[in-house]
Amino acid sequence: MLIKPRFRLVPDGTRIKFMRGRYMGLIVSAILSTASVVLFFYPGLNLGIDFSGGVVMEVRTPAPADFAQIHAALRKENVPDQGVQRFGDPSEVLIRLGAAPTEQGTQTQVARVKAALEQGVPGVKILRTDVVGASVSAELFRNGLLALGISLLMILVYIWFRFEWEFAVGAVVTLVLDITKAIGFLALTRIDFDLVMVAAILTILGYSTNDKVVVYDRVRENLRKYKTMPLRDLIDMSINETLNRTLGTSMTVFLASLPLALFGGESISGFAWVMLFGIVVGTSSSIFIAAPILLFLGEHRLRRDAAAPTAPKVTAQRP
Amino acid sequence: MMYFSRMKTMLIAGICLLGVVLGLPNLFPSPAPWLPWRTVHLGLDLRGGSYLLLEVDMKAVLKERLDNLTDSIRQALRPAQIFYQSLEAQPDQDRVVLKLRDASRTDAAVHLLQPLIARDPSTGAADMSIEGNPNGTITLTLSAAALSQRAAGAVDQSIEIVRRRIDETGVVDPQITRQGQDRIVVQLPGVGDPDRIKQLIGKTAHMTFRLVDEAAAPSSGGPAPPGDDYLQMQDQPNQKIAVRKRVDVDGADLTDARAGTNPETGDWVVNFTFNAAGARRFADVTRASVNHRFAIVLDNKVISAPVIREPITGGRGQISGNFTASSANDLAVLLRAGALPAPLTVVEQRSVGPELGADSIRAGAISLAVGFLLVIAFMGFFYGLFGWFANLALLVNLVLMLAIMSLLQATLTLPGMAGILLTLGMAVDANILINERIREEQKLGRPPLQALEHGFQRAYSTIFDSNATAFLAHVMLFVFGSGPVRGFAVTITVGIATSLFTAWMLTRLLVSRWYVATRPKLLPV
Repeated sequence: MLIKPRFRLVPDGTRIKFMRGRYMGLIVSAILSTASVVLFFYPGLNLGIDFSGGVVMEVRTPAPADFAQIHAALRKENVPDQGVQRFGDPSEVLIRLGAAPTEQGTQTQVARVKAALEQGVPGVKILRTDVVGASVSAELFRNGLLALGISLLMILVYIWFRFEWEFAVGAVVTLVLDITKAIGFLALTRIDFDLVMVAAILTILGYSTNDKVVVYDRVRENLRKYKTMPLRDLIDMSINETLNRTLGTSMTVFLASLPLALFGGESISGFAWVMLFGIVVGTSSSIFIAAPILLFLGEHRLRRDAAAPTAPKVTAQRP
Repeated sequence: MMYFSRMKTMLIAGICLLGVVLGLPNLFPSPAPWLPWRTVHLGLDLRGGSYLLLEVDMKAVLKERLDNLTDSIRQALRPAQIFYQSLEAQPDQDRVVLKLRDASRTDAAVHLLQPLIARDPSTGAADMSIEGNPNGTITLTLSAAALSQRAAGAVDQSIEIVRRRIDETGVVDPQITRQGQDRIVVQLPGVGDPDRIKQLIGKTAHMTFRLVDEAAAPSSGGPAPPGDDYLQMQDQPNQKIAVRKRVDVDGADLTDARAGTNPETGDWVVNFTFNAAGARRFADVTRASVNHRFAIVLDNKVISAPVIREPITGGRGQISGNFTASSANDLAVLLRAGALPAPLTVVEQRSVGPELGADSIRAGAISLAVGFLLVIAFMGFFYGLFGWFANLALLVNLVLMLAIMSLLQATLTLPGMAGILLTLGMAVDANILINERIREEQKLGRPPLQALEHGFQRAYSTIFDSNATAFLAHVMLFVFGSGPVRGFAVTITVGIATSLFTAWMLTRLLVSRWYVATRPKLLPV
């Protein structure tokens, strides 16, 4: 009973003409990515303190949190808070402050919030304090972008090296589209964009590339195997052949991320939701974006050798 | 492809066994201190604790160097009666510029200033250049190399002093390391509220003993007379007191400082002891200034300014000044540990209380368990026996990850736990690729052994390419990330490496053993 496979995601011998939907896929993707870019500028990303600088304090009150009481306590000490919000459990609250102009000033603010809370909210416990100065946040932001940029570049070079340039360009363009959508998702859900999110985006990047490489690998193999098949049919065939694997792997990664989103606690669940979103986007983009781009870029180039016998190239005569 | 020599089989089994052995220390406490008991470290976000990133104020280091240089210039020129119109430190350009009144004495002045140049003992490089202009302007520019050496020295010295101060507080196992050019990372396990430590670190604690200028009137509001400073009293911020610039005895000459109580009044005081040189100078000064006031200055604030009743010759003294038990103790700690070469600023702080850490461990463990079960169930249902081979490999993968992370003594953070989970999800990708391939090959009509051979062989390049790119992305994350996110990058990169081994070697071995034992007519994929 445990020996035989119990089910298949896609029946063997599936022949879906994915390339018929290539324009549709690209158009939908372009619309979503454009919308994401718009969302990136308005309302913009909800920058976490890693990148904006400032103070975040997670506190636990003995009873369900009384926001009026907390606000009053903070006002009494003239603390310019940027928001007090529930954080998971009803008795847990996240207090956020902007960065003061000087690092020293930010430190003083921490002490003031602490004093205000201890006076105004009896029995309060400070669970976590994060303070990021302005200079550090700028640096973290730069490093985050650098990590993203260099990763993309290395992926481009790697795929170029292992495949042809059409594959590399197709993969990287698709990845950029994937990333913009993930950023749109972040802007829409108002999840704090912080270092952990950079990690999430890089993981999506890794996962999505992985997915594209598998399809491309099959295309490469089939290009050698079927010398005369039109590229369009060949890509369709390659996608269909790898469909069970594509969906199977996205299922396992999805199943692995799901418990994080549900039980991982408030600080990691944002990461997990972005991952789940990225898995769906990354998987569909392998089929509907990366493959069509390869088709457009490679239609004449990748099949050149096969076309040669039937339509010999006309070489320009030297005068 | 499917044949394993005895050697190879042993080797694979050996690696798995080694993984178990290396992973074991994480489950039990060390039974004997002599055993190499390497475990994964829990990050501060999981065990509770504080991470502080301190920045050494390099401007202060430069300013002090230039101030000292200015002083030396004064002292060098005074005996020769060379006078100047202006003498100015220009920190922006790392230099001191002076303009002589009598331009004709430029050469003489430059000659007198030559001994101020110090040379590096190993390279012989000068630490500054002196340029005299015939119009009477002399420029002393510090060399970049000497400055960066001094800056590095300041950071090293700061680390040493921060360590001494923190050691005094009884924090167990603090880690103090340098980061980049001018930063220090302080990690304090178990310290959820680092206020006291921040206070201790936040003070330069440069103590000086200087005479009070009783003739000056700081309350008049005018600028201090030359040679004096108007300094605040520690207890009364509004009151200023005129103190001579000249430092009679420096805190660096202290050998010990302890908090205690004055037997007569019961007030808290700090008792200190000077070294020989300090004791001698202290005796000289107090002998010469009986009935005058003497200021004890800490970081440009006057702690107290008692009147000297009699010469103090024993090299011992007492500081009183409205102390409480803890403030007296803190001051004693600071004096014992020594002064920082430059002020330190906390530029980043991450503190997690033990309660939240425990919550995070629980949440992470539950997610890990549920995720693992889901993936295993999926693989079992989706691929049957071959799925269970993959699941066994997955379990070994988990053990190997733990083993390698223990060996590296890597830090496990909450994002790191997420990384483990994602790795589990992605590790089976290799098995999925292999199984799908075997299935295809069998569909093409190949007999079982050939299908296995081809399946593993063909899947290999795909597995390699797809993992290489993910590996690259996470190495970048490790290089540019910081804190807990690095923990994530570590678990994922380690996981990718181990999953290549388990999927490619271990499952293949399992499948080959199974095949030899059962010789099936058809593969159940």
